[in-house]
Amino acid sequence: MLRFVLGFVAAIAPLLAAQAAPGFSLNEIAPGVYAHQGKTSLMTRENLGDIANLGAIVGDDAVAVIDTGGSLIEGRAFLAALREKTQKPIRYVINTHAHPDHIFGNGAFVETGAIFVGHKNLPRALAARGPHYLSAFRDQMGDALDGVTIVAPTLTVDETMTLDLGHREIVLQAWRTAHSECDLTILDPKSGVFFAGDLLFLQHVPVVDGSLLGFLEVADRLVAIKATQVVAGHGPLPAPWPKALEDQRAYLTRLTADLRAAIKKGEGVAAAAKTAGGEEREKWRLFDDYNARNATAGFAELEWEGP
Amino acid sequence: MNKAALCAAGALFALVATGALADNAPDPWPGLVVDIFQSRPIADANGVIALEAPARAEDAAIVPMTIRFSDPSQIKSATLVIDQNPMPMAAAFTLGDKSGVGFIETRVRVNSYSNVHAVAETGDGKLRADAKFVKASGGCSAPAVKDQDEAVAHTGKMKYREFKSADASKREAQIMIRHPNASGMQMDPVSRAYLPAHFIDKVEVFQGDAPIFTMEGGISLAEDPTFRFTYAPNGAKTIRVEAHDNRGGVYKGEWPIGDAS
Repeated sequence: MLRFVLGFVAAIAPLLAAQAAPGFSLNEIAPGVYAHQGKTSLMTRENLGDIANLGAIVGDDAVAVIDTGGSLIEGRAFLAALREKTQKPIRYVINTHAHPDHIFGNGAFVETGAIFVGHKNLPRALAARGPHYLSAFRDQMGDALDGVTIVAPTLTVDETMTLDLGHREIVLQAWRTAHSECDLTILDPKSGVFFAGDLLFLQHVPVVDGSLLGFLEVADRLVAIKATQVVAGHGPLPAPWPKALEDQRAYLTRLTADLRAAIKKGEGVAAAAKTAGGEEREKWRLFDDYNARNATAGFAELEWEGP
Repeated sequence: MNKAALCAAGALFALVATGALADNAPDPWPGLVVDIFQSRPIADANGVIALEAPARAEDAAIVPMTIRFSDPSQIKSATLVIDQNPMPMAAAFTLGDKSGVGFIETRVRVNSYSNVHAVAETGDGKLRADAKFVKASGGCSAPAVKDQDEAVAHTGKMKYREFKSADASKREAQIMIRHPNASGMQMDPVSRAYLPAHFIDKVEVFQGDAPIFTMEGGISLAEDPTFRFTYAPNGAKTIRVEAHDNRGGVYKGEWPIGDAS
């Protein structure tokens, strides 16, 4: 019976995707630059994992896709919506990092023949985490997870790389461990649009899955990026650059200060995770879903500071 | 570990298991009792041992766990088991004679919704257990190493901290060891090679030459294993640590005992 139900869902999944395409918003935020805003939410069966912002940049010859969404269904809807905007070949699919809401849609783009691109650490991160993500998200997403496969990049970026889409050269930059250990950003100098991936959160509380201090340092370095607008990994788009960095910086700074004070006092990690960063609660959505986690990981990192 | 026996026992006992586990997840505990404790009877904690665990694993890779003993002189050893993890036995602590260890706090990985058991062996050879249910972390949290390059670069570095103990007759300290404590097994898609396991399997902590505790563990311990504990001071001037990993790495540290407590 279960097998029958799953088989049925798999059979209609392409139909769902085709139907979902008209409802999948993909807006032109600058000439030849498209973006989709995900919901500020956790990934669920109901939202099909559609919680991250996605994008596409179209040159004279080819298209680069930036992240693919949190399910195969969402990835197919994104592809269908993109095909309504342009028929140019999709030459690159760029993943900004390894998290499921950004990569679970990769499978939808395999048949386009695109080259998958990521940070040099992305293949390793997917190898270490992919199997866990596939099993852990079954609980949250149920059959919306069907068909999801982990597709690793074959073109990786050590520091920076320029991709030519035809009179449109976009600049990819790999960062030290910050939000995660494989954060990659994309700048389109022609439009001045910067795709920050999850190195920028707006309204959605920032998530630290790499290094709290690294995140702060990279956020400071990002200020120098010559852009006018930014597409964050999560939250409203486009946003003014670099002003959009300010709220996140305040949060990470507050959390760091609170954790350092707790460590100095000799508090344990469990106690510190309950209170650190608490002053920022009202400024963010999903605070209770992620703040204690950020505080826990941040505590374990900052504990090594000093003699 | 006899996996076939474990699976069979798990499936059989799942029919009568109660608790907050998901309907379709067999309860592995009966099988773990066979494998880890040779089917010995395990009584309720009855206050002899107490496990503190968070209701939800906030970060799947760093979940704090504290084991407390009401009367350390009764305790020979304590074993921490994360029932649903691929390697459930996270750590087995053997306490030194007269070490007076009041609690040991460490951090573990929790892969999915799981019961966690803390099992004490008392001086009379009997087992007593306390258990807590831990909900899995949400979002993109994974029981993985945060930054593999950093973890490898700093492997073996140690840090010692002291705290003011709430119990005036004891001292409180923390031992921290940099180590990826990685499970291995996953395939690196570029090199096509399986990443080898690399984890701390033994830590011995002494005051002077007297053992406070010895820990034997595996990949369910979090990256950068850490142990915070109280002990009864014996007048020794130093805390000494020797740690071993599964690839033959030996890491040593020694620090003067200060005035914190």
